[in-house]
Amino acid sequence: MKSNRPGKIIGISLNYIVLSVVSLVMLVPFLWMLSTSLKEPAKIFVFPPELIPWPIRLENYTEVLSGTPFHLFYWNSLYIAVLVTVGTVFFASIAGYAFARIPFKGKNLVFLVLLSTMMIPNEVTSIPMFLFMRALGFINTHVPLIVLPIFGAGGIFGVFVMRQFFLGIPKELEEAAMIDGCSRWRIYWSIMLPLAKPAIATLTIFTFLTSWNDFYDPLIFLNDRELMTLPLALSLFTDEAGTAWHHLMSASVMATLPLLIVFFFAQKQFIEGVSMTGMKD
Amino acid sequence: MESNLNVPASAQRKAKPTRNPLGREANVAGWLFVSPMVLGFLALLLGPLLLAFYMSMTDWPLLGEPTFVGLENYQALFHDEEFWTVVGNTFTFAAGLVPMNIVLALGLALLLARKLPGIGIFRTAIFVPVMTSLIVWAIVWKYLFATDTGFINQILQLFGITGPAWLYNTKLAMPVVIVTSVLKNVGLNMVLFIAALQQVPAHLYEAARIDGAGRARQFFRITVPLISPTIFLTTLLTIIGSLKVFGQIYVMTQGGPDGSTKVLVYYIWEKAFKNFEFGYASALAFVLFFIIFVFTLLQWQYRKRWVFHEE
Repeated sequence: MKSNRPGKIIGISLNYIVLSVVSLVMLVPFLWMLSTSLKEPAKIFVFPPELIPWPIRLENYTEVLSGTPFHLFYWNSLYIAVLVTVGTVFFASIAGYAFARIPFKGKNLVFLVLLSTMMIPNEVTSIPMFLFMRALGFINTHVPLIVLPIFGAGGIFGVFVMRQFFLGIPKELEEAAMIDGCSRWRIYWSIMLPLAKPAIATLTIFTFLTSWNDFYDPLIFLNDRELMTLPLALSLFTDEAGTAWHHLMSASVMATLPLLIVFFFAQKQFIEGVSMTGMKD
Repeated sequence: MESNLNVPASAQRKAKPTRNPLGREANVAGWLFVSPMVLGFLALLLGPLLLAFYMSMTDWPLLGEPTFVGLENYQALFHDEEFWTVVGNTFTFAAGLVPMNIVLALGLALLLARKLPGIGIFRTAIFVPVMTSLIVWAIVWKYLFATDTGFINQILQLFGITGPAWLYNTKLAMPVVIVTSVLKNVGLNMVLFIAALQQVPAHLYEAARIDGAGRARQFFRITVPLISPTIFLTTLLTIIGSLKVFGQIYVMTQGGPDGSTKVLVYYIWEKAFKNFEFGYASALAFVLFFIIFVFTLLQWQYRKRWVFHEE
């Protein structure tokens, strides 16, 4: 039954060819972006395109950095994403722990209510939220961008991920600690949380990614250029008449790079985490 | 228990948690642990949701007082031609994107679930767009599809073909947005499929091979049934996601040309934050909510087969 070898070799080669073509299509935008970001403006539309531009024009990068408040966009994106991630992981993990392990009154009802609201599209609540934040004076500040994701659908998703994970940890560990007189907080902080590293890693990457790339909320809540996050700032570059593609592309490279670096190093854990939180039955 | 026989049953039940110090402690601790999340949820999700529902029944101008108008906004929707176009566009987007995404993701997962040398590179390449900002992705593709100077039309030029004005053509703009959106997110579904495929026991395939079943038969008789919960749920999640499409539309077409790519969320955003018709926009948002609600109910029915451990 071992199928004929030539057939198998053809099959595998076909496999590689198909994968190469698809991967190429996936990577063309990046290669194009990278290549354009290093080109002289006059050479951008030259055909056939030079994949490796010469001379390399690194000024595209320095011009973006000096010509726009790019360091501010970067900083805004970064600190918002970090705060959102830390907040989400913290609040979601304590709630997830309680839902998984503490038998308190009304737990199932509360959990069910949280669960059922995960489907509420952001766009529905963002309209009253805009008025609410305006009444509180938080329009054109970063407050909504930090607070809303932590307690919104992303936070609730985090509660599930963490609850899920804590349910899988053997009860004996905790019972021993309880007999020794550990408080719930101690148990959570010193025993359960360190065990939850894989779940935390997954939630961290997911949350960071979502926050870093968020577009809708910054579009609604921010007006001032200095307050903008990277995706919003980049989208405004294209609106201006006569887009400077070489600048836009170098800005895009800079906006994408940190995530690709994070992904490169966290890739194994992330893909496993996706499968773990998404798929175990 | 026996000594308590004279006490009414309701009092017994009430007394129970307080009598057990551990139970009471659990109530306090449990509520303390979930309170930040629950309070945040009430103030930032449930509250606004109820307010949004009220708003959808008002005429709420930018300046000035809202007036209650009942279901007028919803009635107005039915006579709003643009609303129907927008709903149609939203479904067109979903109908184009979902099958393409699922088929491509599953196909790639089948190719990538095998243990071949160098397979990690391909997995990464296909997953990289998932990590990219949607806005960056849309900007680059807008550029690649540019009319005269775009990469794609320059390639076509090599073959003597004058490429169309992709994003300025009412028939082509939507397909372009759909294809680029598929490429952006296919990697995520692919990873989920790889995970599902790896849980199919290998001995089933061996048994089938011994029985002389070919590749296609193995796929339809073993693979598809065993990963069907994943197929079902990724499909629903992709549908729900596609109904909320916004960013790529905002960057690539701004709803144009001639409204041919104007989708529901874009219309909501336009009504709410460009025209400041908060009441009408809220009614629109509730239509979106209702459509997503229907798909979420379906997903809920099948949740046990998928994400969450049930106690």
